[in-house]
Amino acid sequence: MRIYASLIYIFLYAPIALIVALSFNAGKQSMVWTGFSVEWYGKAFSNPLITEALGTSVMIALATAVLSAIFGTMAALGLERTKGWLRIVFDALIYIAIMVPGIVIGISSLITFVTIFDVVNPALEALFNLRLRMGMWSVIATHVLFNIAVVALMVRARLQGMDRSLVEASEDLYATPMGTFRQVVLPLLAPSILAGALLAFTFSFEDFIIAFFVAGPDVTLPIYVFSAIRRGVTPEINAIGTVVLLTSLLLLLIAQWILQRGNKQA
Amino acid sequence: MSTHTRSPLVTGLLLAPAGVFFFFMLILPLLVMLVFSFGERAAAGGYVPAFTFDNYLNLPARGKAFLNTLTLAPLGTLLTAVIAFPMAYFLAVKVPPKWRVVMLVLVMAPFWTSQLMRYYAWIMILGSKGLPAWLAWIGITDVRLLNTPTAVLIGAVYGFLPLMVPPIYVSLEKLDKRLLEASADLGATPWHTFWQITLPLSLPGVATGSMLVFILLMGDYILPQYLGGGKVFFIGNALVDLFLQSRNWPYGAAVSVALVIIMFVTVYFYMRFVLGKTDQRRAALV
Repeated sequence: MRIYASLIYIFLYAPIALIVALSFNAGKQSMVWTGFSVEWYGKAFSNPLITEALGTSVMIALATAVLSAIFGTMAALGLERTKGWLRIVFDALIYIAIMVPGIVIGISSLITFVTIFDVVNPALEALFNLRLRMGMWSVIATHVLFNIAVVALMVRARLQGMDRSLVEASEDLYATPMGTFRQVVLPLLAPSILAGALLAFTFSFEDFIIAFFVAGPDVTLPIYVFSAIRRGVTPEINAIGTVVLLTSLLLLLIAQWILQRGNKQA
Repeated sequence: MSTHTRSPLVTGLLLAPAGVFFFFMLILPLLVMLVFSFGERAAAGGYVPAFTFDNYLNLPARGKAFLNTLTLAPLGTLLTAVIAFPMAYFLAVKVPPKWRVVMLVLVMAPFWTSQLMRYYAWIMILGSKGLPAWLAWIGITDVRLLNTPTAVLIGAVYGFLPLMVPPIYVSLEKLDKRLLEASADLGATPWHTFWQITLPLSLPGVATGSMLVFILLMGDYILPQYLGGGKVFFIGNALVDLFLQSRNWPYGAAVSVALVIIMFVTVYFYMRFVLGKTDQRRAALV
């Protein structure tokens, strides 16, 4: 059993290790080792296309994380207070948002944006000399949709596991509803909100397929990586890949650590 | 929160942002896609309003993509479940409690890192300079892995093991150990106990994991694109082709609608079947 488990870990991490190893390879040939070098990191981070794509991706991921954490938490709190059809509708929407494949979300958003622009743009152009087009904002909007659902599920799980007597005690001690929320509910929910925000960040930072359709002329890092791989890769990609892989591994471990600590406190 | 603080206005305000997103970014696009699927392709690509079922009647033209997806996605899910089960069992039963969570997180972590980079690594591993070259070195020549269904299945297990292990782990960890002792006391062999108690009681976890993996595999694009290399393609690859290359939006919309319907129907029946079964087992046990 131990051997089996070790093999599984090797299976899971060997490809990641391969990318990391090759990123330090001096030669241009991907599978031939010619010596240690950090040259490709220098090349990658002085390539304006890459740094710009990285910047775009970080902005999109940050906006997605913040917006979905806020809206997702609000939705979870709102759903706690609802019964009947409204709750059924929202539950269904949350599951649909999670179940519909990313590629379908991307495509359907694309055709919807294009259809709306076709109608709105002539008028906007005539009146304000303005044209709507897809870009960072449309990527953020599609990412937030999916992550609201994820955060709402995570926060709701936490709300349901929460000790009601704390809220009642706070109310008995004449705290205002807002006071109770700020001093009792929010601190208890904080770990799951934070973990949800980190997951939203990683999802958004990693997403290729949705952004591929709705990014318009903007280039995110995964879109850049995809096209670089298609063109036949330069070892720069391994350097970027290493940075991306290790950053998201670290973020995920932090998210898990926060969740675990929160669980222990509750 | 007690009842007197529940104002409908506050509830409405709390739900409003999510509601706006769900309407404009989910319901509206899905409706637009449904409408498009009954339309016609414009001469230069795109969409012309119409009401025709031609796009749906034409679905068999992309039959290969549907066939590949509907065989390799279930097969990949099954394979992932079979390989994940012993791992989840090991983590839940054999590993000391203080190490469990850390080891489980290490299984999950790769899923959250760049899918593009991880499958790119597999192109190198399965490509002619990778595994086949090493196999040739020990005398097994002429192995072709990349761009075969085998490569896609390896990729499926690799990509989705991190999602399959946790739900199975949770169901195994919750399992009442007294049931296993009782079974042993009553003279059952370990193998018997496994088949009669452990496996049936962990089925909900297996079902949850399989459902997650199946959904994601069915809609996948990068995995078949990189490891199937255009030879083993999924519905996702057909969609990218239809929307970005041939710009046949109405037909692409019909393919998307078909994908979503197939997905929801399979998941519905799968859950009904599996959950129904475990409920019966549980009832029988009690």
